Amino acid sequence: MADSAADKVDFDLVTPLNLVASEEVDMVVVPGGAGDFGVLPGHAPLISTVRPGVVEVHQDGSVTSRIFVEGGFAEANAERCTVLADAAQLVDEIDAGAVSRRLDAAKEAAGSADDDGKAAAETELRIAEALVLAAGSGGDVH
Amino acid sequence: MAGLKELKTRIDSVKSTQKITSAMKMVAASRLRRAQEAAEAARPFAERMERMIAGMVEGLGSTEGAPPLLAGTGRDDVHLLVAMTSDRGLCGGFNASIVRSVRQQIAELDSAGKTVKVLCVGRKARDQLRRDHGDKIVDTFEDIGRTAVTLEDAREVTARIVELFDAGGFDVCTVTYNRFVSAMTQIVTPQQVIPVSIEEEAGGEEAASGVIPAATEFEPDDDVILKVLLPKNLEVQILHGLLESNASEHGARMSAMDNATRNAGEMIDALSLQFNRTRQAKITSELIEIISGAEAV
Repeated sequence: MADSAADKVDFDLVTPLNLVASEEVDMVVVPGGAGDFGVLPGHAPLISTVRPGVVEVHQDGSVTSRIFVEGGFAEANAERCTVLADAAQLVDEIDAGAVSRRLDAAKEAAGSADDDGKAAAETELRIAEALVLAAGSGGDVH
Repeated sequence: MAGLKELKTRIDSVKSTQKITSAMKMVAASRLRRAQEAAEAARPFAERMERMIAGMVEGLGSTEGAPPLLAGTGRDDVHLLVAMTSDRGLCGGFNASIVRSVRQQIAELDSAGKTVKVLCVGRKARDQLRRDHGDKIVDTFEDIGRTAVTLEDAREVTARIVELFDAGGFDVCTVTYNRFVSAMTQIVTPQQVIPVSIEEEAGGEEAASGVIPAATEFEPDDDVILKVLLPKNLEVQILHGLLESNASEHGARMSAMDNATRNAGEMIDALSLQFNRTRQAKITSELIEIISGAEAV
């Protein structure tokens, strides 16, 4: 281990409405704004944006849970990794029907949005696309 | 002495009032539980975000060159007061205490020669402030948290505040809301949100380990993160205020209606006693009349 202080990462995933996960894990992989990054114990201090995607929690060498986040922020340091997500849901609980409806609505909104709503519509579209991707790979947790 | 018929009518009317207040109490109690859970579930996010921002501010060293949402406009002339109240009354001192606090703030700022603007959340703040501070009210939000407070509600309010701020509408923004302690106690809390006030506690011992070292890396970079993080933080603060206020409203209504129900019960008892006495008195006087009539014959 890079750091002798701890061999676990204190992982928290919170949204404005609730605390989704708070546990000690071996590693988390976060979809950062500039690329995915894994957080192991002893990680160098880092604050990053998070893009819509899947946070993977690794425990004893395998992925124990996959959580979809709609973007936000992540803070990592030697002991802990905190993800502040705008919204989150377990990948296993994603409803494929709802996702495709959301994607259709987002596409439509992005197509017809005026200048003011453009940024919001594009964000929504990115979230919906990431959701579709996550839903597609959802079931295969090893 | 009131006649029997009048007393009967009064007892009936108090009884139906009691039915209403006890129904309202039960509705408030069930909503309170939900609102309280929501408010408590939202606390971790607000805490961690505050910690992150406190850490970043510390890491930056000075707020010079930081975005205005963090550092302020450098002036202190125009204050925006956000008053969080409810749309509906019958909740004890809930709205009155917010309005009192806001009035006091207005008076203080006025005497210091500052300009004051007021943003009302909930009809009650507007209704009560309109008479003497009508010219200061810039906007009113209604139907916030009618069923439950949502993120959209917070976004709506935040968007309006940011819009005003970007247009140079004010320099300092303070939110006044009822912090929920219990169904009996709500504490009026004025909280400055623009510029961001880093609370003393955040720099205390508890957060000492959470302080972000100067060597922290930022991805993509600190400016970009701050630019996204600050409006998000404002949104979270507003959401936090709305949730606390919502829980407080139901708590206040529950205890107010509990009191009202109990008072109605006492009133019914007193009126029933009076009713029975009057009836007895009437029977007695009728008997006396009959007896004295019989004697006279």
